Amino acid sequence: MTTKADPQSAEEVIRKGLEEVGADPGRVTRDATFESLDVDSLDLVEIAQIVEDEFGVELGGDDVKDLKTVGDAIDLVVAKSA
Amino acid sequence: MSRAEGAALVTGASGGIGAATARALAADGWPVAVHFRSDPDGADEVVGSITETGGKAIAVRADLDSPEAADELIGRVEGNLGPALVLVNNAGRRADGLSPQIDDGDWCDVIETNLNAAFRLIRRSLGPMIRARFGRVVNVASVVGPRANPGQANYAASKAGLIGMTKTIAVEVARRGVTVNAVAPGLVETGLTADLPAGAFDGAIPARRPGTPTEIAACIAFLASDEASYVTGTVLTVDGGMSA
Repeated sequence: MTTKADPQSAEEVIRKGLEEVGADPGRVTRDATFESLDVDSLDLVEIAQIVEDEFGVELGGDDVKDLKTVGDAIDLVVAKSA
Repeated sequence: MSRAEGAALVTGASGGIGAATARALAADGWPVAVHFRSDPDGADEVVGSITETGGKAIAVRADLDSPEAADELIGRVEGNLGPALVLVNNAGRRADGLSPQIDDGDWCDVIETNLNAAFRLIRRSLGPMIRARFGRVVNVASVVGPRANPGQANYAASKAGLIGMTKTIAVEVARRGVTVNAVAPGLVETGLTADLPAGAFDGAIPARRPGTPTEIAACIAFLASDEASYVTGTVLTVDGGMSA
């Protein structure tokens, strides 16, 4: 059911998640921080769930709490999915 | 009537407050999963009374003390009825005794069922509720907990814990349209209180009688309704004035 994440698919899913929690799609770049996008810890939990549904990758509280930028999240998902 | 697409799960719904709540939620238009542990006949009767009146319901068995049960139970609800957007944590137990006489088993069993199992069900349900931007969690607490009741240290601790958990989770998820509340019944005529002598506490209750399961269920159904969308993190006391 789930597929393996590559940098491109991980970025797509994370962008989709960011949009779902209300982040401005025009401001989403790899270097954008979640803080600058107004994405809070509950938003990250929701995005983690979307990632889990898509790639079967479980992101726990310890994984998510150190994420600063969109790029960090993409790299984490790819690494976890490998 | 329910507008969100999903289902309601009521734990401990083969009798008493849970059964009345399952019927009330079904009357409000929710497909209802009627959870039971040891009374399949009671659960079947509740399901039968709901389907007879045109509602949708299934009976689901689970031993909620098992850590895997929450995931398995919510998964079954999702598979059969849709996402559990209403969760009523009603399943509870008592093992009374004065504190020197409460052994580890009686302490842990009560905390496990009344508090830990409720938390596991909430944790598993919140993701889909948050994604749906709609969710209703109602925890059945008690007037015992915020207030003392000698002989029920374990029960009181579990119910006070439920209330603290209710308030905290309510604040965490409020901005997603998910509400988390508790009802705190006083003395209610159910299987859980059947061993108490009839009329023994009426003097302490301004209404001069115990409550009925349907009176508690009506309050739970309100907290689960669309109309209660701005009520969260609260405890609705339903006790005939006992703690006023």
